[in-house]
Amino acid sequence: MSMVATAGADALVVTRGQTRAGEAVPPASGAPLAAGSLRATDAAAPLLTLQDISLSFGGVTALQAIDLQVTTGEIRAVIGPNGAGKSSLLNVVSGLYRPDSGVVLLGDKGFRHVPTSRLAALGVARTFQNLALFKGLSVLDNVMMGLVHHRRAGFLRQIVVSPRARREEADSRAAAEAMIEFLHLEPAKDRIAGGLPYGVQKRVELARALVARPKLLLLDEPFAGVTLTEKHELAQHVRNARDTYGTTIVLIEHDIGVVMGLSDRVAVLDHGRKIADGTPDQVRADQAVIDAYLGVAHEGETELVA
Amino acid sequence: MSALVEQAQLVKTSWLTPSRAGIALLFVAAYGIVPFTASGYLLDAILTPFLALALAAVGLNVLTGYAGQVSLGSAAFMAVGAYAAYNFNLRIPELPLLFSLVLAGVVAAAVGLVFGLPSLRLRGFYLAVSTLAAQFFVQWALTKFAWFSNDNPSGVIDAPPLSIAGALLTGAPGRYVFCLTIVVVATFLTVRLLGSQSGRNFIAVRDHEVAAKVIGVPVLRTKLLAFGVSSFLVGIAGVLWAFAYLRTVEPDGFNLDRSFQILFIIIIGGLASIRGSFLGAAFIVVFPLLLSRVGEALLGNVFDSGVLEMSQRIVIGGLIIVFLIAEPKGLVALVDRLEEQVSRHAGRLKRRFI
Ligand SMILES: Nc1ncnc2c1ncn2[C@@H]1O[C@H](COP(=O)(O)OP(=O)(O)O)[C@@H](O)[C@H]1O
Ligand SMILES: [Mg+2]
Repeated sequence: MSMVATAGADALVVTRGQTRAGEAVPPASGAPLAAGSLRATDAAAPLLTLQDISLSFGGVTALQAIDLQVTTGEIRAVIGPNGAGKSSLLNVVSGLYRPDSGVVLLGDKGFRHVPTSRLAALGVARTFQNLALFKGLSVLDNVMMGLVHHRRAGFLRQIVVSPRARREEADSRAAAEAMIEFLHLEPAKDRIAGGLPYGVQKRVELARALVARPKLLLLDEPFAGVTLTEKHELAQHVRNARDTYGTTIVLIEHDIGVVMGLSDRVAVLDHGRKIADGTPDQVRADQAVIDAYLGVAHEGETELVA
Repeated sequence: MSALVEQAQLVKTSWLTPSRAGIALLFVAAYGIVPFTASGYLLDAILTPFLALALAAVGLNVLTGYAGQVSLGSAAFMAVGAYAAYNFNLRIPELPLLFSLVLAGVVAAAVGLVFGLPSLRLRGFYLAVSTLAAQFFVQWALTKFAWFSNDNPSGVIDAPPLSIAGALLTGAPGRYVFCLTIVVVATFLTVRLLGSQSGRNFIAVRDHEVAAKVIGVPVLRTKLLAFGVSSFLVGIAGVLWAFAYLRTVEPDGFNLDRSFQILFIIIIGGLASIRGSFLGAAFIVVFPLLLSRVGEALLGNVFDSGVLEMSQRIVIGGLIIVFLIAEPKGLVALVDRLEEQVSRHAGRLKRRFI
């Protein structure tokens, strides 16, 4: 299916345990994955697998037969020009879109439609291309919200501040404060999120996603619209998140340059198709990628581009 | 630099913040001075309705200001509270009034949950229109089924006198203190709720429902909780309105105008602000009185009740537009700014003396 992707596959790709496109990927059998043990048990285990995902809106094809594997512990970039279908891909993984066909495997659980309300419990967190902070809450409260799926105390317990409610609140606060420190957000901690500079808000959103220590973190264009300095900072934070917490990261970007130094593997989308998949070097040298990015129109494709 | 940090910590650790001191002063005045010095008119015609409306506004603010779900049915839930308390009191005479009151809140919450169900599908304008259903249905049911008003043909009910632990509260001060206490306790519990995880969930659903869902906020449950808590509070406000303020009410007293009045209170006072609810309620109660005084002084006899009513509507309508455009955060934002300036001046004074 993905023709170009594996054309120049070298040993590196193979050792990473990439399944070639076209091969069926049966759901891993056995016990459900224990949180946190994923990385230690099998570094090459796929944490996220997309099988033959297609999605269209009316007449517009957003995704076409996409196969993608994300290995535990890697930073996986998905790049492509605007409208390529990158956000749609993340929306499928987070269950905001239901694909017309195909299966999403999270660990060993397969879904035709990922249940969004269980996403956090499944160990998946994400950020959005356009900021999705809770503007009226402080930075601390925003980050504490990232742990909401751990909260059990009902509202009556919260009103009377039962021991359990108190403990949950203290735990959330401590974890959120640690994450705020990790991302150097202390000066903004008590500020209302809506009034902060764009770059800081992006970092707050990252903190809110990371605070739950997700196994899989999906970032939709985290570097878009921030200054160059912030870009480098954020990239460092993303790398730190992987190195410190072992979080597997799927990173979406339309700017090919930013992700090359950061990612272990890069998949390239164009017009809803995966046109390349491999290490940054392989992708950079790929003719189809060069064409897509330089806007070279193939014969008969001009209408499509327009 | 380190002095600054120290000062910041000082401010943080001291429990006597200016706003707490202000609230403490208010309490002293409200309990210690007002009941003994205020005239019956001030208590009965201004403070008691102010308290009831403030509580209704707190209730609507939970739903609309915090959880972002617009409602035009507040008066309906006030009516449910009032008529439920009336019937509990009438049909189970041995039930203490406070129990009737709380149960009335529970009934209002249950009705609120039912009419909150559309919020799971509808938002914004469409939801607002669907809450009108509550408004019309409740008014219709209370007029249509005489059982609710103990077979009064026009649905009018006479509230029983207030009593606590067997002691009758007949005078204006008694009714005022009764109202005050209920409103204080209900507001305190609401503040606790809003400061907890549930309160955060409300704002999360309001500010970004999709993101809230993705991180695991139980969105449907959160919306229904907002409807339930809101209707509970508004229902209790309805009991106060009927039992402590008017003492004789008809379903028509809880019409759409009343719903809008409460909505205006939270817009003028400040969305998502408890203090704003009280400021807005004070404004709505006091404003017509001021207007009639000013009108009389300026225009003399021409300014009769008809003209008053008209000019009141015009001015309030204008004010709403002004607030929505110039100060969407309401009166409370103005007060906040004032407070900030005062405390900045105070800080400067303090520094000069230390
Ligand atoms: N909710 C939607 N409704 C209709 N069309 C959509 C929707 N989401 C995405 N699309 C379409 O799908 C295509 C891919 O969009 P998107 O996934 O946002 O691309 P990218 O993130 O790579 O810029 C575009 O043509 C876009 O217009
Ligand atoms: Mg996008």
